[in-house]
Parts: sequence; structure tokens; C-alpha cells
Amino acid sequence: MTVIRTLDKDKMDVAEGSYAVAHAVKVCRPNVISAYPITPQTHIVEDLSQFMADGEIPNCEYITVESEFSALSALVGSAAAGARCYSATTSQGLELMHEVLFNVSGMRLPVVMTIANRAVSAPINIWNDQQDSISQRDTGWIQMYAEDLQESSDMTAQAYKVAEDKDVMMPAMTCMDGFILSHVYEPLVLLEQDLVDEYLPAYEPEFTLDPKNPLTFGAFADPTAYTEFRYLQQQAMDNALPKIEEAANEFYEIFGRYYGGLIDEYETEDADIILMAMGSLVGTIRDVVDKLRAKGIKVGLLKVRTFRPFPAEAIKNVVKDAKVVVALDKNISLGLNEGSLFTETKASLYNTKVDVPIVGRMLGHGGRDIPEKTIEDIVEEAKGIISSGINTESKYADLKEELL
Amino acid sequence: MKSLFTSGHRGCAGCCDAMVAKFTLMAAGEDCIVISPTGCLEVMSTPYPETSWEVPWVHSLFENAGAVASGVEAALKAMGKKGDTKVIALGGDGATIDIGMRSISGAFERGHDITYVCIDNEAYMNTGVQRSGATPFDASTTTSPAGKVSYGNPRPKKNMPAIMAAHGSPYIATTSLGYPKDMIKKIKKATEIEGPTYIHAHAPCTTGWGFDTSKTVEVAKLAVQTGLWPLYEMENGEVTKVRKIGKQKKPVEDYLKMQKRFKHLFKMEGAGEQLKLIQALADKNIEDFGLE
Repeated sequence: MTVIRTLDKDKMDVAEGSYAVAHAVKVCRPNVISAYPITPQTHIVEDLSQFMADGEIPNCEYITVESEFSALSALVGSAAAGARCYSATTSQGLELMHEVLFNVSGMRLPVVMTIANRAVSAPINIWNDQQDSISQRDTGWIQMYAEDLQESSDMTAQAYKVAEDKDVMMPAMTCMDGFILSHVYEPLVLLEQDLVDEYLPAYEPEFTLDPKNPLTFGAFADPTAYTEFRYLQQQAMDNALPKIEEAANEFYEIFGRYYGGLIDEYETEDADIILMAMGSLVGTIRDVVDKLRAKGIKVGLLKVRTFRPFPAEAIKNVVKDAKVVVALDKNISLGLNEGSLFTETKASLYNTKVDVPIVGRMLGHGGRDIPEKTIEDIVEEAKGIISSGINTESKYADLKEELL
Repeated sequence: MKSLFTSGHRGCAGCCDAMVAKFTLMAAGEDCIVISPTGCLEVMSTPYPETSWEVPWVHSLFENAGAVASGVEAALKAMGKKGDTKVIALGGDGATIDIGMRSISGAFERGHDITYVCIDNEAYMNTGVQRSGATPFDASTTTSPAGKVSYGNPRPKKNMPAIMAAHGSPYIATTSLGYPKDMIKKIKKATEIEGPTYIHAHAPCTTGWGFDTSKTVEVAKLAVQTGLWPLYEMENGEVTKVRKIGKQKKPVEDYLKMQKRFKHLFKMEGAGEQLKLIQALADKNIEDFGLE
């Protein structure tokens, strides 16, 4: 697999990442948008508000709620009433939604929400890492991470396609790195309305709040039935695995753009060293791979595009012949000293026939810049693991010792 | 008239929630969507796979009924399905005036076409009678118990109708289970007025307040007749109608004596002064609303 982009230059614009996403939301024809402003998500909701003010989103209501908690709560009502729903948030806003996240998933409401990934407080920090969404991994939302602006935009339509699939019916987060993707301008194609209409069918849920057919939503389940509800949520996540691949393939057929489905690979086939990452860091690693390959170093990239459901099988198939794997994480589980991509990849390889050393390196927290040098140093260290084994399983790769 | 809130629910005998739910649906009819926050009503009316609701009904969380109702209303509007369908939130006092305050405030400030009915039984009954912001002065609850140095809840009730009036609501009414016809009439009026309307229903809880299951209506009436629960309507911020007490006026002791939550006021040393303070609260209501 490789990233395929047959971009039609006549169709290209230069746009900010947030605008590209807001435009993508618009052409997906939502019925209800409900969001609360928070840096660095604000440009998305401002652009959507302007679309509303200019009458550019038909059959849509925008609810200017009083908190993120209500932003997502309102969408519980809207989605249950049969509306295609959208929200966007980040960091503290996403953490405030925590309780509602479980609720939306448990009620099987296919809301799509953009996360402009940002660090969490304290200390307060508005810059990028992925602690916010990773901390919500068990809430029952599909989580996808975009590498660049075009993918952030296009992922929106793919997310609706997967979330609203009758065999899935689960909410989805499309994650884009705050500032790095949300506030950057790049040449791109704004998602095409006519093609989206071909790609994404109208949302027609099986069950809605309708006085002509009164149904009860959100009943309480005691110990005789609760487990089965949870089991069915997991089954829906299992169903989402092939659906995410299909959504990416179908997107390629119609739009001519492809970013991987669950994962993507770059120069992995004969790689001794495989670097794993999610989000905009993937772009940096591509450049480092090119640079090191030119020097004869056999290094490859495994882009993890979907974190929930976790693509264990796809990852295993890529890393099985490598000599060392390094998972890079913009998050940390405090008390374990590991980032989640590392922990989960390691866990998913245990009890398999794959026996490859894997280490985790955390970096880029709270917006700390990740220059190519940081990645090159990680690769240099990985070479040592091949020859003399693992010294440190997991650690920060960009710690400033002098500040401690 | 067909009841849209069916029997077979798990409410206590004499349950105030079941009665308010039934009266609300008698007022609203079939063309409505009901949103309930977490609480007794939700638990006792929807034990999966059963339901007592013959209208579309949705429960999300404890503190978000105002937002969920906003979302239902916005969705109906966006999809061109609003028509005459009434969107009604129906929740307890804790879910409304404490933990759900932010959400209901937002919904009213934004002006959604919804009716919010607060079933006020003056404490967190579903979790075992803990105090809420609606618990009256000197009521003994499990988190404001009367004791050697306590007469119970140290503060009077939060004045939620006034708060909702400050939001610019076109119609607000207080009502009581002691007067079901008045309750149905006010809820019907609220649902027919466009914009966010608010009904505050005083609802005695047999279990939480400690009175015989046959006395729900009687206790409710006494709250009104003593002046402790004034019945009034507000339109666009002005009180437009009150229910006079007149010759029915009773001393607060008549109301308090019927309930275990106030029994300490008739046993403890110095409680007589407390009774005077409670009487003063009733007298102030009578004066403020011109109930005499």
C-alpha cells in the first residue's frame, strides 16, 4: 500500500485545515451541528457558523451550546430524532464530554466529531499532543488520526460512512493535530459536493423518536441484560474493522485519494526498523525514512490510522519480519510510563508467533517540536537494539534533563 | 381518556413521579417527545425490556435533559418535522435545579421551543433521600439529618421559577399534585406557548417525606394551603395569576406534622423557634404573592 493522490490541479485551493474540515462537514449535509468554542478547534466552528449565516447548509440547525457537555448531549437528542450530527472539540472540552461519550456510544448514535488534538491541563497548555483523545479510548468511539490537511478533510466523509453503517452504528472521532493541522494552510482539494453525494448516502436510521411510532430510548438495563449491550458494542467495533477498509477503498474509487484504511505502510517491505506513529508526525517520519533510505538504512513507516477499533491483525502482518519496532506516542499513561500505541501494539503481539523486539518512545507532548533529528536519533538507538537488545523499553525521547 | 403512561411500572404506591408523568401526558397528548434525566422516574418506568411510555421517550444522563431536549427540538426543525410536536423534558428537582442547571439555563437562553416540567419532591429520592437545592428549611434528609446540634437542612429552597423567569421565559407556572386539574391545565398551556416554558410541580414523595401512601394529594394540598408552596403563573416575567388560599389557610404545623422528615421539630428542645421561622417563610409567600 502507498498513499495515492491523483489531485486534479484545476480543483485545488489553498485553505486552512480547519476550513477544509468545516467545508467537508458542510458537504456531508449534517442536520444538527452542536459545538462549543475551544482552542485550537475554534476555526472549524467559526467557519461552520459563517456557512450557516450565509445559508450554505440546507436543512441544518446549529446549536450554540453553553458547554461541551451540552454540545454532545444535545446531539444525543438530535441523533435519536434521526438527524445526521456533527460536533468538534479538543482537550478540556473532550474531557468534559467524557460521560456523554459513553452514552452516545451505548445508545448506538453515529455522531461524528472532529478532535483538534491538544494537551490536557495541568499545566494548562493549548498546543498539540494526543493525550485528550487517547484518554477516551474506552468510551466506545471509533478513533481515526489524520496525517495532513487533505486527509483530515476526507476522513470526515469516511467517518460518516463507517459510523452510520447498519452493521456498525457507532460514533466516530476524526482526530487532527491541533495547530499543526488545524491552523496550517496547504494546497488541497475541498471535498467535492457532487462526489460526496455519490459516496455518502442520506442517513436513514432504523429507529428514531417519532410520535407515530413511540419507542423508548435509553432504558436502564440491570445485570440480566447489561453485559449483552456491551458485547454488542464490541461486536460493532469488530464489524467496523473491514468497513473502515471498505470506506477508504470506495473513497479512492470515487475521489482518487487514498490514505490507508486501518493502517498505511511506507518502505516497510524489507525494513529492519519499523517506526509506528499516528497523526501529523507520520509526515515527518516519511521524510526521515527517505533521508535514511538514501543512506542505505533499512527503515520503514507504519502509519496507524485507526486506533479504535485497534487494528491488531493489520499491525502484526506489517511488523512480523522486522528486526525492531519503535512505537512513537504523543501521550503517556502515567504510572505505566508508556504511550498507548506502544502498550497496545506490544500487548497485541503477545501470544502470537511474532517475536520482534518493540520499544516505545514518547515525544512531542504539549506541542514540543519534533525535528527530524529526534526521529533520526530514535532510529540510531533502534540499530543498537538490533545488535545488543532492549536497554530501555519505554521513555521520553525529547526530555530536557536540565529542567528537572 | 387513554393513559399514555401505563401501569406496571415499578413506582411506589402513591408515587408522585408516576402521577406527574401521567398528568403531563394527559395535557400533552400523543404528539409529543419526552426527555427524562436520570432519576426515580426513569428507573421505575423503563426497566429494559419494558417501558411505561406510550409516547417517544429518551433518557440520556442525569445533568443534560435541557440539552437533549434542545437537540430533539433542533433536529425536528432541521428535518422539517417539528409541526405541532411538543418537546417536553420531565425530570426531578436534583436533575433540574442542581446538577442540570447549566443545561436547562442554556436551553432557555437559546429560546428552544420546549416545555420543562420539574417534578419537585425536594430531595434525591432515587439514591435514598439526600438533600438537594430544593430541600426545604429544616427538613431532615440522609445528608442533612436532624441531630443533637442540627434541625435538618439549614437553607430554604432555591427559587427556581424566579431563575427561569430571569431567562425571559414566556410562561412559567408553579403547580401541585394536590390540584391535578390545575396541573394539567398549566402544562397544556405551557406546551401550547412557543418558546421555552417551565412548570414547577410540587410533588410529595411518600417514601422520602415519610407519610402514608394514601396521603400524597392531601400532603400536597396542605403545602399550598399553608402558603409554603404558592401556586402562580408568570407570563413574560410578570406574575399574572395566583391561586388564593383565603379561608383554607392553615398553620404550617398542619403540613409539617404529617411528615417524618419534620418530626424532630415537634420533639427537639427549642424547635418552637424553628416552627416560627417556617411560618415566617409561609407568611412571606402569602404576602409576596397576595394569596390571602
